[in-house]
Amino acid sequence: MTRTTRISLSVNGELVSAEVPVRRNLVDFLRQDVGLTGSHVGCEQGVCGACTLELDGRMVRGCLMLAVQADGAKVTTVEGLADSGRSADLRQAFATRNALQCGFCTPGMLASALEYIEKGGAPDRTAIREHLSGNYCRCTGYQAIVDAVCDTIDGKVSA
Amino acid sequence: MTGPLTVFDRPNTYIGRSVPRPDARRLSEGRGRYVDDKVLPRMVHAAFLRSVHAHAKITSIDLTEARAAPGVIAAWTGADLAEHVEPYVGVLSHLAGLRSAPQMPLAVDVARWQGEPIAMIVATSRAAAEDALALIDVDYEELPAVCDMETALEPETPVIHDGFGSNLAWERTVDTGDVDAVFQGDDVTVVEREFRFGRHTGVTLEARTAIADFDPSQDHLTFHYSGQAPHMMQFIFAKHLGLAEEDVRIVAEDVGGSFGIKIHTYGDEIATAIASRLLKRPVKFVADRLESFLSDIHARDHVVQARMAVTQEGKIAALSFDDITGIGPFSMYPRTSAIEANQVLNLTGAPYDIEHYHARARVVFQNKNLMCQYRAVGHPIAMAVCDGLLEDAAAAIGLDPVEIRRRNLMRDDSYPRSSATGMKLDDLSHHRAMERLVDLMGYQALRDDQTRLRGDGILRGIGFCSMVEVTNPSPMFYGIGGAPIASQDGAAIRLDAGGAIHISSSVTEQGQGTNTILAQIAADVFGVDMGRVRVKTGDTEVTPYGGGTWASRGAGIGGEAMLQAAVALKEQVLEVAAAILQAKPGDLDIRGGKITDADGTERMELSDLARTVYYRGNELPPDLKPELIATRHYRVTDFPFVFTNGAMAAHVEVDTDTGIVRVLDFWAVEDCGRVLNPLLVDEQIRGGVVQGIGGALYEECLYSDDGQMLNTSMADYLVPMAAEMPDIHVAHVETPTKTSVLGAKGAGEAGTGGAPAAILNAVNDALRPVNTSIWQMPMTPQRILKALGKV
Repeated sequence: MTRTTRISLSVNGELVSAEVPVRRNLVDFLRQDVGLTGSHVGCEQGVCGACTLELDGRMVRGCLMLAVQADGAKVTTVEGLADSGRSADLRQAFATRNALQCGFCTPGMLASALEYIEKGGAPDRTAIREHLSGNYCRCTGYQAIVDAVCDTIDGKVSA
Repeated sequence: MTGPLTVFDRPNTYIGRSVPRPDARRLSEGRGRYVDDKVLPRMVHAAFLRSVHAHAKITSIDLTEARAAPGVIAAWTGADLAEHVEPYVGVLSHLAGLRSAPQMPLAVDVARWQGEPIAMIVATSRAAAEDALALIDVDYEELPAVCDMETALEPETPVIHDGFGSNLAWERTVDTGDVDAVFQGDDVTVVEREFRFGRHTGVTLEARTAIADFDPSQDHLTFHYSGQAPHMMQFIFAKHLGLAEEDVRIVAEDVGGSFGIKIHTYGDEIATAIASRLLKRPVKFVADRLESFLSDIHARDHVVQARMAVTQEGKIAALSFDDITGIGPFSMYPRTSAIEANQVLNLTGAPYDIEHYHARARVVFQNKNLMCQYRAVGHPIAMAVCDGLLEDAAAAIGLDPVEIRRRNLMRDDSYPRSSATGMKLDDLSHHRAMERLVDLMGYQALRDDQTRLRGDGILRGIGFCSMVEVTNPSPMFYGIGGAPIASQDGAAIRLDAGGAIHISSSVTEQGQGTNTILAQIAADVFGVDMGRVRVKTGDTEVTPYGGGTWASRGAGIGGEAMLQAAVALKEQVLEVAAAILQAKPGDLDIRGGKITDADGTERMELSDLARTVYYRGNELPPDLKPELIATRHYRVTDFPFVFTNGAMAAHVEVDTDTGIVRVLDFWAVEDCGRVLNPLLVDEQIRGGVVQGIGGALYEECLYSDDGQMLNTSMADYLVPMAAEMPDIHVAHVETPTKTSVLGAKGAGEAGTGGAPAAILNAVNDALRPVNTSIWQMPMTPQRILKALGKV
């Protein structure tokens, strides 16, 4: 029931090695074992998107993967996206547009939005709304989030 | 009062401006401090076994095996925990006749809803606690479940609480004029409908989360709380755990959504505090999503039989309705589950000039999860019933829905006045809001478009809602009935030695931007850059005493207290400045962090003044007693509530093959008095509209006939997502309330209160050419197809 195994992975550029219960999911591992509490747990079944993070260049749900599946992988969380500056323009746009209220969905929302932007997504509101439809926000009307993504793509962000 | 009258005449940098939230940066870098982010030394984790039946006797609970499971620290039944708590009853004296049964944190002998906690495990990890839950052996004896609220009062229906004689919790009737005489007249057109409003719930993205940290050496409980009303919870934990109020500290840092869900007394949270006390160490409880659906309060759940009479000129001659609402097996503590029905009675028809009005509400017990106050309490029902009938009547007599409102909305120059239900109203602007809305949406062009598309078989509809919103409540809302809920709030402001301002307030932040608007007000009124303001909210140990954030009161009440405190500190600081500069206080001002002459000429830095006071008091006149801190409190005294108004419109398309309603566009014109920060208000209104659209089209807690909730996951319970939502156009009419200097009314619930009525009217407008209509929310594809006779 509580069998453990040792994993090693890169988290936000740092090598992390830990003995983890094989049943622990990735987001719980990051929050509880690594202390990266920026990734949030909203539903634990891959619906709400609050735990969205980057694994080997792809955005994944941290609650739908076991930590052991990330052995040898390169993981980037919202903290890593901030520290490296990769999310700087998008975060500035989120603040300027008031694209977050309680902030609980924001780490996952930023990750999904960044995925769209970095793949060369167009400032097309319908396409952005489609892309973000794996991320629930219960506070905003989503409109400010779409505005922020458009501003980032259009280079309208001023720090 | 001195000073306040000139507040808005001064150079104004912040109030009324779109100032971004300073805390956005922290939250977007993953540096939030939500309760589950906290780890305390020796902390252990709780999990709850919940009743699988809607109604059952618990004949035995065997915890032996669970206690022996790896990592388990403690295991308790409801009876075990009942020894350590005073039971609670959700009644208030101003809701005459309301009754409910005493409630324990965990069910003791009988479980009365599926999901009611019945046993608790505390273990070294949540996973270990959940493992042990599987080892608990419970014997139930199933009892008949009362699920259908419409038959809950029938004599043959079993009674949930022995000794009550029926399942009636509360009943109230309002009668104004003589509706029967009007309906019997042959000079009126009568429309009559049965409205059905499904149960839905808040789905806060952060589930309810708690850490109870009891320190036996001080007999002191610190409770890390994801919620909206810290001082109310301080009272509740103290009273029911038998602690002194001063020995309970409630800390609410970042809260991941609340919407009225996190403002009630939940048994699992009380049990978490008891567990910490018994174990003498911190205990964390995080509801998982299944538990959220089964135990977070649900909302709405009404069936309303309603009719309206209108004259041939389109004047409302009478409005009459009968509302029945199911609240689960208990009235929620301490706010009660009767407020929603009370609001429906009070608010229905409140925008309109109505002489003859009759309403009855019956609130009944049932074996479902508890129903209580959630965002826009009662408003969606009140607005949908009146505005739904109004547009129905307009169609019946061939009048445009905007025109019929022009003929019935209370005149903008007719205030102060009362509604048919006796609500005191002032400073409202229904006509201006409606005309602004018509202009904003390009109404005529939409109508032309609608007619043209009907020719192609495309059904589009336009629907409206004129609404009021209850904001800035006075003690008449809860305090009068004996609830431990403050209607006043306090603000403190302090000048530090470096010339910066530290403010604290008893209103709280759950993402609305409370902390930002408090800083805007303090910075403007006192006279410093916002970058020099630090804000503290959400901690009973250090903030002034107050109600917290609910009923759209943060800006209007907390903001006014902040304004008054800043005015006071400014006067105190200028008195010191006058002594130092040998000037008169009235000839000085504070601007941009500097003491200036009235014309803005700089005289000294605030930091120089502060350092003189704090370090070199010897330089001051001996009789000067500088106070560089000020505190003020504010409550609404002239009115029970400060009402706001709004006008909203929806544009929808109904797909007659799939039954899917697509919201093409939405407009909201809101009068929330003085707008403090358009950037924050606009998106809050949009978020409210989206929650309203959720209730109108998607969200419903579905139950089986025997009380099993069927859609207890986010995949099955639908909330609005980005792709379904339109851009939402927001505009303002500003009629500041005369009850305060700040002039701000609430804005947080308007969208949720008004959007469902507008969507309902738009859908029925779309369906009119095919001679059908729908009066049930959510308006799911299946129900639309049923209305179309296709299923």
